Amino acid sequence: MIVMWKKMKKTTRSNIITFGMVILAYAVIQAMVMTGNISSLFKGLLVPVCTYVILAISLNLVVGILGELSLGHAGFMCVGAFASAFFSKTMQGVIAPDGLRFFLALLIGAAAAGIFGILIGIPVLRLKGDYLAIVTLAFGEIIKNVINVLFIGKDANGFHFSTKDVISLNMEPDGVVLVNGPQGITGTPKDATFTIGVILILITLIIVINLVNSRSGRAIMAIRDNRIAAESIGINITKYKLMAFAISAAMAGCAGVLYAHNLSSLTATPKNFGYNMSIMILVFVVLGGIGNIRGSIIAAVILTLLPELLRGLSDYRMLIYAIVLIVMMLFNWAPKAIEWREKYLGKLKHRKKAAKEA
Amino acid sequence: MKKMKKFLSLALASALAAGVFAGCGEEKTTESSDSAQSSSSSSNSDSSEGTLKIGSMGPLTGDNAAYGEAVNNGAQLAVEEINADGGINGMQVEFKFEDDESDAEKAVNAYNSLKDWGMQLVMGAVTSGACTAVSAETANDHMFQITPSGTSMDCVAPYDNVFRLCFSDPAQGTKSAEYIATKGLATKIAVIYDSSDTYSSGIYQSFAAEAKNQGLEIVAAEAFTADNKTDFSVQLQKAKDSGAELVFLPIYYQQASAILQQADKMGFAPQWFGCDGMDGILGVEGFDTSLAEGLMLLTPFATDASDEKTQNFNKAYEEEFGIEPIQFAADAYDSIYAIKLAAEDAGLTADMDASEMCDKMMESMLNINLDGLTGVDGITWDASGEPNKAPKGVKIENGAYVSMD
Repeated sequence: MIVMWKKMKKTTRSNIITFGMVILAYAVIQAMVMTGNISSLFKGLLVPVCTYVILAISLNLVVGILGELSLGHAGFMCVGAFASAFFSKTMQGVIAPDGLRFFLALLIGAAAAGIFGILIGIPVLRLKGDYLAIVTLAFGEIIKNVINVLFIGKDANGFHFSTKDVISLNMEPDGVVLVNGPQGITGTPKDATFTIGVILILITLIIVINLVNSRSGRAIMAIRDNRIAAESIGINITKYKLMAFAISAAMAGCAGVLYAHNLSSLTATPKNFGYNMSIMILVFVVLGGIGNIRGSIIAAVILTLLPELLRGLSDYRMLIYAIVLIVMMLFNWAPKAIEWREKYLGKLKHRKKAAKEA
Repeated sequence: MKKMKKFLSLALASALAAGVFAGCGEEKTTESSDSAQSSSSSSNSDSSEGTLKIGSMGPLTGDNAAYGEAVNNGAQLAVEEINADGGINGMQVEFKFEDDESDAEKAVNAYNSLKDWGMQLVMGAVTSGACTAVSAETANDHMFQITPSGTSMDCVAPYDNVFRLCFSDPAQGTKSAEYIATKGLATKIAVIYDSSDTYSSGIYQSFAAEAKNQGLEIVAAEAFTADNKTDFSVQLQKAKDSGAELVFLPIYYQQASAILQQADKMGFAPQWFGCDGMDGILGVEGFDTSLAEGLMLLTPFATDASDEKTQNFNKAYEEEFGIEPIQFAADAYDSIYAIKLAAEDAGLTADMDASEMCDKMMESMLNINLDGLTGVDGITWDASGEPNKAPKGVKIENGAYVSMD
């Protein structure tokens, strides 16, 4: 076993650790749920944690692997959430097994976000650096505002659309408002479970890890490392950029589906789909390590749980949270801290290895 | 020296690891420390027959923090009074408030953490979007819930375990239109509302529907959004050009104060009419209150109503928290008393579980008649969960609220 482990390539080993970590965490938590050893707060947090982990992985694909800064990831999440919630709400009672309906909702959410990713990507990915960040930031805000003026109702005559208010939908008295502007979509069936969330995390992991280790992935990383060199050897820059960006958007859409099907009210507020959320996701990625998938998973889990675990501090909660964030960033990324870590923790690791071998 | 360094690094590493685990263990420890904290509001709770735990959630941080704060304060005040008076059926009341940042996801987290604390009844959530998410959870767990200020229909209508103390959005819009029509205030009306806000757009929709029935003409309906809520000159110009006699403002007071200032600069002086979100406009810092002269609002609560109950509440509130109460505080205060009345009617005892309590409370809510701050002639409930109470028309005169009826 150990011999096999040593024979493996370094990347394979690292990937197995990542998958193993997710599966182990799932097994432990599932066991805790079965035996009832879990608080309601923690149980309620399981699906949101999965959502943010998927978002962190998907943004890491853009920021870490593709090397572009996207500040509009909450926008893709929003598209996925609303597209899938709209579908689930309309199809409630039409498609009988809930599992099938949720599966279709997932596909629709991912597809909708992916299409938006392509649409945004075509013009935007021709830009470099800061410009992409600004355009994606604007895109996220546009999506949020468009959803806030969108009214969709359904009656015997079919669907009605409006961008003004419910009255101008001109529905029959029996009509139902499905998307009610700023009040969003309410009564989305609660289909998302922890198991589904973990399965989605594993799927996103498989997609990202396979992409990174494939020919396309190497092309994408070549663009990141030296665009001119990549261009000179005939790599189609736009194609590969678009590929990574669209995949990332679709995965963010998946996270949105999970988010929408976990809460009964879905509204596009600055809080949940605004740029604050986009930056929050970016924080997961930066803290976990740009390009480091496993790190961003851990960072997403910690940063989602932290504010909830700090509830005991009541008024000082957000203050402490911010301080912890700064301290963690410093510990992870300050040159002196890295030096210190390598010097002492690295030595520790080395010694352990030596001891094992002996 | 080398050994010393090694030892030090080991010690630091283990301290770090301990920190990580402490994070996980905290959940359990906070429970006890929190109940210790909250029991300060329910002094000598050990001497009675158990405790009744009421939980609430609302924004204590972020844009709407003022409302969460007010609800928390109002409820604290009511709980202290009740406890000093011997509690509910001999049970002392414990009250705990959790921050939800007026976000649906955070509200569910807050609800779950309150459940871990042992909450038996819910008095929340404060804002509509958060409340809708919490209502789905309480319905699932079958726990009794009364929202002091969640105005959206979706908070209450689909669930039979959820009650509401304030008016719903449609009720406010409809009653405002009725009021304007029956008092003959105006026939040409302009509306300026926040299209990105559930509260504001909800009221506007029902107002527009009822205005048609009442023969009122809406000559301009201008929207703004949460991202763009400081400059209202375009909306005001359109309202002015449309020849409106009255401008209906179903918005919160912060934006309303800006609108009044900008209208004054433009020389636009129609009649102004607002809803309960307008309450608090006289307390806006740096706002010239003379601009609000003649502003009418339909609110269930006015801070300087002359009745003894309101006066006492104001006095106690100002003594305790150092600020004037707003309507949210009164809503929360009444909600706690509604729980008290219903709990006494139902004969709740400490050994019941939350689901059993919910069954009894749902029946008893229909029997009670609350003589509260926010309902002049008593508040009653029907099975839909909506309150029956008469709104108060209030006008600002000489920098104070004066009843119009």
